[in-house]
Amino acid sequence: MLSIKRLSKAYVAGKPVLIDIDLEIAARGITAIIGASGTGKSTLIRCINRLVEPTSGAIEFEGRDLVKLSRASLRQARRHIGMVFQEYNLVERLTVMENLLSGRLGYVSAWRAWRRKFPPADIARAFELLDVVGLAGFANQRADSLSGGQRQRVGIARAVMQQPSLLLADEPTSSLDPKTSVEVMQLLTGIARERGIPVIINMHDVELARRFSDRIVGMAGGKVVFDGPPGELTDGMLKSIYGGEDWLH
Amino acid sequence: MSTAAARPDPFPVDGWKRAGWVLLAAYVVYAAAQMDVSWDRVVSGLHNARHFFERLFPPNFSRWDLLIKGLAESLQIAVLASALGIALSLPIGLAASRNLVPAWMSWPARLLIVAARSFHPVIVAILFVKAVGFGALAGILALALASIGFTAKLFAEAIEEISLKQVEAVRATGAPFGSVIGIGVLPQVFARFIGFATYQLDSNLRNSTMVGIVGAGGIGGTLFAAFQRFDYDFVCAILISIIALIMLGELLATGVRAIFIDGASIADLFRRSPGAPAGRHARLPEDD
Repeated sequence: MLSIKRLSKAYVAGKPVLIDIDLEIAARGITAIIGASGTGKSTLIRCINRLVEPTSGAIEFEGRDLVKLSRASLRQARRHIGMVFQEYNLVERLTVMENLLSGRLGYVSAWRAWRRKFPPADIARAFELLDVVGLAGFANQRADSLSGGQRQRVGIARAVMQQPSLLLADEPTSSLDPKTSVEVMQLLTGIARERGIPVIINMHDVELARRFSDRIVGMAGGKVVFDGPPGELTDGMLKSIYGGEDWLH
Repeated sequence: MSTAAARPDPFPVDGWKRAGWVLLAAYVVYAAAQMDVSWDRVVSGLHNARHFFERLFPPNFSRWDLLIKGLAESLQIAVLASALGIALSLPIGLAASRNLVPAWMSWPARLLIVAARSFHPVIVAILFVKAVGFGALAGILALALASIGFTAKLFAEAIEEISLKQVEAVRATGAPFGSVIGIGVLPQVFARFIGFATYQLDSNLRNSTMVGIVGAGGIGGTLFAAFQRFDYDFVCAILISIIALIMLGELLATGVRAIFIDGASIADLFRRSPGAPAGRHARLPEDD
């Protein structure tokens, strides 16, 4: 499905953030990437859809190496990769419906998008998705009038609107309170499992990662130091991922 | 523990600053002496002014047809120059925003804006009168150029302040560049752009009453001719009409801003209490 090979990224030459990452993602299931701040989790996930340009390595997705794609082919590939962001990244001054439909921009010409002439089928699906994420009746509200939890629901719906074959989530719950975090995770993983979309999630919260993922990847110092099912994630492993041990008790 | 004597003076005397002020005062005195601004000169000037103001009143509206024609032409110059200038400002401002376009594109656009800003509209109007001849066309082109210098610059600055997170999200969906601009960028700056555009219309209206002085069309030509013929009562009528036109323009600009930025309806504009649209404005700050 997605195979990352010897991926490296250095924002400043000689100071790599990611060092020779090798990772295979199966066509199903929830993969959580955990690790301390600054270990390159976010960079890794952004290299996949090239919001960040990798320095070297290969990312094979649907039979093509994303790293080598031209701008036009990259746009084509991005249509199949949905993304959910830590700070939701909704277009604040647009309505909930416009934000959802922005998930279809890869399929609609700019001229049509400017005039808001989206295909009726897309609009119908957007309304259905609003029901699914529990925001029925919010279609015409502006995004900046929503609460954090509601915004992230819109963010998830926008990503699912793409009908993606892969979902990326960059710290999707880090700006939310604990209760809303759980609800958002339930929604995200629920939709993904129901539609058979594989998900890669960056997380701070080890407990949430354990609870919702099928596989946990632990990163430290730009490298993968743990890769396995949540059950195998021992205190000893956490110690090597985050360093120190006082915080565990 | 330091003693009182050891502590530094909290209000030290800055010799350079003091010298600067003294220098400035000396220059003002020197310049006044050079320009022969003496008390006698002020007295004779005031005397002349009294004579002038006496002849201004009462205003003479008998040549109202000339007045209306000039005002209408000024209005047309202002509206056409604003439409042309603002329409061109959109792409130029976008091209000049350093956060969205590569440097090889933003530098020429910025140079163009600097060039459009460097001269006062009257100087530009003189150039256009020489280039395309007397009349409204020269005024329109001059004010359109001035509009680009102002609106495109502010528009570029507004774009440089947007949240790139929203743009990133739109980009991540595989949207083409045009859609990234239309959906990710424009909604963030649209309200401010409307603000700039209405200020520009307002300013063009003012300037369109003046470019006529150099022969570029509008009421300014009529005003200048009246001055030269010492028709001061007609001058007064023209000045009063210009004030009325500017006030009308200001009302119009306020209305446009209320509709586009505060989401007011046409009916809201005629309501007496300004509280209704203001309440909405509190939720939609213009430059967040």
